[in-house]
Amino acid sequence: MPKVLIVAEHDGAKLNPSIAKCVACARGIAAAEITVVVCAADASAVASQAAQLAGVTRVLAIEHAAYTHQLSAVLAPQIVALAGPFTHVLGPSTTFGKDVMPRIAALLGTAQVSDIMAVESPTRFRRPIYAGNVILTVEVDADSKIVGTVRIASFEGVAGGGSAPIEKASLSAELPSHTRFISVSAAKSDRPDLQTAARVVSGGRALGSADAFKILYSLADKLGAAVGASRAAVDAGFAPNELQVGQTGKIIAPELYVAIGISGAIQHLTGIKDARTIVAINKDGEAPIFEVADIGLVGDLFQIVPELEKLL
Amino acid sequence: MKRILIGIKRVVDYNVRIRVKPDGSGVITDGVKMSINPFDEIALEEALRIKERGGAEEVVVATVGPADCQPQLRTALAMGADRALHVQADGIIEPLVAARALLKLVEREQPLLVILGKQAIDDDNSQTGQMLAALWNRPQATFASKVELIAGEGGQKARVTREVDAGLETIEVDLPAVITTDLRLNEPRYVKLPDIMKAKKKPLEALSLGALGVEQQQRLKLVRFEAPPQRQKGVRVKDAAELVDALKKKGLL
Ligand SMILES: Cc1cc2nc3c(=O)[nH]c(=O)nc-3n(C[C@H](O)[C@H](O)[C@H](O)COP(=O)(O)OP(=O)(O)OC[C@H]3O[C@@H](n4cnc5c(N)ncnc54)[C@H](O)[C@@H]3O)c2cc1C
Ligand SMILES: Nc1ncnc2c1ncn2[C@@H]1O[C@H](COP(=O)(O)O)[C@@H](O)[C@H]1O
Repeated sequence: MPKVLIVAEHDGAKLNPSIAKCVACARGIAAAEITVVVCAADASAVASQAAQLAGVTRVLAIEHAAYTHQLSAVLAPQIVALAGPFTHVLGPSTTFGKDVMPRIAALLGTAQVSDIMAVESPTRFRRPIYAGNVILTVEVDADSKIVGTVRIASFEGVAGGGSAPIEKASLSAELPSHTRFISVSAAKSDRPDLQTAARVVSGGRALGSADAFKILYSLADKLGAAVGASRAAVDAGFAPNELQVGQTGKIIAPELYVAIGISGAIQHLTGIKDARTIVAINKDGEAPIFEVADIGLVGDLFQIVPELEKLL
Repeated sequence: MKRILIGIKRVVDYNVRIRVKPDGSGVITDGVKMSINPFDEIALEEALRIKERGGAEEVVVATVGPADCQPQLRTALAMGADRALHVQADGIIEPLVAARALLKLVEREQPLLVILGKQAIDDDNSQTGQMLAALWNRPQATFASKVELIAGEGGQKARVTREVDAGLETIEVDLPAVITTDLRLNEPRYVKLPDIMKAKKKPLEALSLGALGVEQQQRLKLVRFEAPPQRQKGVRVKDAAELVDALKKKGLL
């Protein structure tokens, strides 16, 4: 029987929504028994959230002050120490999971399947390569442990309402001291989170300045939307890096994605392939964004955006 | 000697429109422009800047791959690397194999720092740097957008700003360590013609996986390559009012 271990991502208080999606992926592995491991300074809140996810068999909680900042080099040896009985070790394809899972795979001496978008069998998975321009089906050696990251835009998070038992486990790996957390600058905002928002308004180079970019914030507020940006807009300093959408930014799957003054480079489109409805506003009718847009509007954003805001 | 080792992967140029072979056995690479993985150019640029500031004495580039990777190594030498190492290997090189080969080079070269790209834009794996750091039992600082070397008591350290989902995270790692680059770390320099000539004289050493004692293992069978489903062609609206109507019709407003 497949036994899946999911490495929980959290900030000490809240389980990251990506974990409900990892559980959904794990449930695609027939008859899998699913364990979520929470390593935290104080695991109580996060472990109880994990225990509620439908389909989770049990939650393992390991507490140590060294887990406060979720450093890969500190976490990986502990996950490896636990991995023995499991057939699969999964984590989300977020910056957290991308950082820690390959470290785990290497210590286990096994290959990793990155960005799992579909489970075809316990050993066969589909994943995007070439910035999502190709979908590859891979088959893992049946006798090796499978480590994978889950492409979170491809799965609907499982519901809550479960009540898996929570077991405390004790630390059984060494804690390296060669890596130290210094700080994190997370912009606080009361807008919806880009990665999980149902609606996203995104701006590109055409906005021209950080000041002009603000018109998107007020449009987003009217729509109850999160704000995103192209790489060009981030590079130019119009928006902070955590708003970047695309191959090297966030891969998102909102109900509605409004691309404003974004040309639609393949690296950007990679990030929005799973959006339900794409709206494009661009003054160039030939811009590649229109090839993927469900609704296209050719015109000057500086005229259209204020009009749109008035109509909402 | 204070040395920086850079991993270079040869990939299909990022401007090429990728097409899948009709039989689904791979992507078409015949006659397609190949380049250094863009993140690896950034890695090399960072190493060159560290050297130019006096933080390192030698920059060595390395690739694991078939004979046709040499033009990319020459380009790296033309950018300013001092030496190149070519670990010859045919077939598919999985990240774990690349990491094992790089570890052998690390043991040989004893670098202060290894800088790799955060991901190769062909397979989009984003694994090799983390795997190398694990096998080497050293720190990793992935997705770097700023790197500062600090000479401290008890040895050299690096202070690295990382692009994470929440924003920017700063960590400090003891050296030696592995750093992987994000796009905003720097903007790589252009190669100048005279440098291409000079690069021809720089040392390029050929090695092989076998001679390094690394097994060419393939753990993932590549079953099928497919083009992703295309989106349905959409509609055009003429102004903001029509856009609002169209959104209402779709139940989105
Ligand atoms: C390895 C790699 C990874 C990358 N990763 C990403 C990524 O994750 N995300 C990403 O976005 N990019 C990424 N890029 C960059 C990508 O290739 C493009 O350069 C970038 O997406 C362009 O951003 P843009 O559309 O805002 O700018 P541009 O391409 O300059 O487009 C601006 C658009 O605005 C339109 N416009 C101008 N003025 C107006 C106006 N007044 N009203 C309406 N429209 C107007 C123009 O017609 C144009 O279409 C990556 C590139 C590389 C090489
Ligand atoms: N075959 C290889 N030879 C040298 N470096 C490599 C090779 N494969 C990957 N790398 C390095 O590891 C980084 C991440 O690659 P990947 O894990 O394949 O996404 C690349 O940007 C390179 O710096």
